[in-house]
Amino acid sequence: MTSPLEQKKIKIAGPSVVTANRTWDGIVVYRTAAKSWSADLSEAAIVRNSDDAKALLAESVADDVGAIGPYIAPVQVGVDGKVEPGNLREQIRRTGVTIGQPAQV
Amino acid sequence: MYAYDEIDRTLVNERVSEFRDQVKRRLSGELTEDEFKILRLQNGVYLQLHAYMFRVAIPYGTLATNQLRALAHVARKYDRGYGHFTTRQNIQFNWIKLAELPDALADLAKVGIHAMQTSGNNMRNVTSDQWAGVAPGEIEDPRIWSELIRQHTTLHPEFSFLPRKFKIAITASDHDRAAIKIHDIGLKLIKNEKGETGFEVLVGGGLGRTPFIAKTIKHFVHGRDILSYIEAILRVYNQYGRRDNIYKARIKILVHELGIEKFSREVEEEWQHIRNSSLQIDDEVIEDIRSRFTYPAYEKLPHMPDELRQAAADPEFEAWRKNSVAPHKVQGYSIVTISLKPIGKPPGDATAEQMDALADLADKYSFGEIRVGHEQNLALPHVAKRDLPALWKALDKLGLATPNVNLITDIIACPGLDYCSLANARSIPIAQELTRRFANHELANLIGRLHINISGCINACGHHHVGHIGILGVEKNGEEVYQITIGGRADEGAALGNLIGPGVKFDEVADVIEDVVEAYLALRERPEELFIDTVKRLGVEPFKERVYATR
Ligand code: HEM
Ligand code: SF4
Repeated sequence: MTSPLEQKKIKIAGPSVVTANRTWDGIVVYRTAAKSWSADLSEAAIVRNSDDAKALLAESVADDVGAIGPYIAPVQVGVDGKVEPGNLREQIRRTGVTIGQPAQV
Repeated sequence: MYAYDEIDRTLVNERVSEFRDQVKRRLSGELTEDEFKILRLQNGVYLQLHAYMFRVAIPYGTLATNQLRALAHVARKYDRGYGHFTTRQNIQFNWIKLAELPDALADLAKVGIHAMQTSGNNMRNVTSDQWAGVAPGEIEDPRIWSELIRQHTTLHPEFSFLPRKFKIAITASDHDRAAIKIHDIGLKLIKNEKGETGFEVLVGGGLGRTPFIAKTIKHFVHGRDILSYIEAILRVYNQYGRRDNIYKARIKILVHELGIEKFSREVEEEWQHIRNSSLQIDDEVIEDIRSRFTYPAYEKLPHMPDELRQAAADPEFEAWRKNSVAPHKVQGYSIVTISLKPIGKPPGDATAEQMDALADLADKYSFGEIRVGHEQNLALPHVAKRDLPALWKALDKLGLATPNVNLITDIIACPGLDYCSLANARSIPIAQELTRRFANHELANLIGRLHINISGCINACGHHHVGHIGILGVEKNGEEVYQITIGGRADEGAALGNLIGPGVKFDEVADVIEDVVEAYLALRERPEELFIDTVKRLGVEPFKERVYATR
């Protein structure tokens, strides 16, 4: 899961989204087609080519008050249109730690 | 304990109001993230995968009970009810909201806690032996000197914009519990032939992408000269240190490239210019700091109280006592290590309830003092031996009496891919699985002292290079793969481990470690030969054969 934080060249290999952390509380959010942020991956704008990815990222970077550290992350889109994170890192960001938190166990 | 003076209190409070204003301007959009980032980092606020992370300093690992309660309060009120003790005598909160951070900082400031020197390219929290001031045979309390350096470097411009972060650790005992040889500067308190107190100075240690063990640059620097000597090191570093390349910016790279001889000549030359300046420390200054460290009014107690004699009949108590209780410099007292490594749980985590309860126990049994060590465990530094049985019962109820200190399940692990945005692979679940595999106390005891250290990427926050067994998570084709090293150590005989072979998958790590341990049990000459000594005697080969023969 090479950290995506230093993304320089933007070239995507499949469906992708832009994700970041919401500024005021830090939670994981995704850029929506409505030029806003949502905590729900199913509401994320999906891009499928590098130009669209670049544009979505640029727009996200500009919304610096809304969320910080935006980057492009891969997703998988099922036949039913259901969107799932494309790698373990994004899976963990979406569903939380894989280890149980001490205060809850 | 150490009592802060008015200057410290004012400084800490000013920082809080400054930060409150900065956060307000950030949330309103007046400050961009680019502008704000350096400000938040100066206050210990990072961004992790799921949220902001807040790192709080515990200078030289000493906490008063009201401070521990304040940490519990922050965990409960602003976070998810727990905190994570790190290898550098800090605590991290993983789920804190930026908007609430100024309040959390203000609550901590009330008890003299802050987040200065926990991040950024500056002088970091000066760490020390968690047994400082109570270890038998220590030259003197190393925290006096840690505090001197802390005061001198906090917010000092020359130490605030270094080429890269800078870490100092101090020990005053022959057995190094502060891991000074993997720090940028390691200081060992010693006495010279005249009986004067001073330091052996080591420089250029560090882990990360390019690990180095620190080398001795000078065998004796008088205590009064230590600030000017450190300053001379920093000046040479500031002058030559690589600001152009983040991977080459640490002092270890400079020491390596210049060579220790040339580096020490440069430092010596610089030092001659400044050693007789205002940096020379007056005895009164040291005396003032010394006087602010207070020690309990110890009673005169028997070496072997009845309570202890009676409790010895209980094998569970004895297992814990033998494992977690160490001799104290004062007769009748002990140092008790509190394992934060329960079987199956994340290493180094403590819940708010545990912190509160521990504060109560420290008030009752340890003169209100708690220590934090680099192995991610806590300690009660002044426990009367007669109280050990009662303390043990109370700790056991809290899940804080796992008798595994220094054993194979006392694992150091970084947050890894479960929390950290730089991670390549998970660390904590590997640690959890390993503790389950070796949960049997007899087995762990039979194996003896064995340190497993795990990092989720090459930054090495989990000290994998210096684990007797080191586990490093990397990524290969989108999968978590783990490289395993053996033979590392972090103490006075510090050494870097050697790779045993190709990386293994997440699901295989625990099996491989079991193989390594079985190989050791078969190969050791006698039960007292520690894992690390068997590896030293035989090298990597027999372990490698065992692991890869069937894979
Ligand atoms: C979000 C969490 C963290 C981030 C972003 C982070 C970042 C880093 C980075 C970038 C380095 C490499 C520095 C270098 O080689 O120049 C490093 C080293 C280190 N970090 Fe962390 N770290 C994190 C958490 C932790 C934790 C939880 C611990 C303690 C358990 C820790 C303790 C250390 C230590 C001891 C080193 C290596 C020693 C050295 O300075 O060479 N860090 N960290
Ligand atoms: S070693 Fe890597 S993964 Fe682990 S905490 Fe440090 S930066 Fe994160």
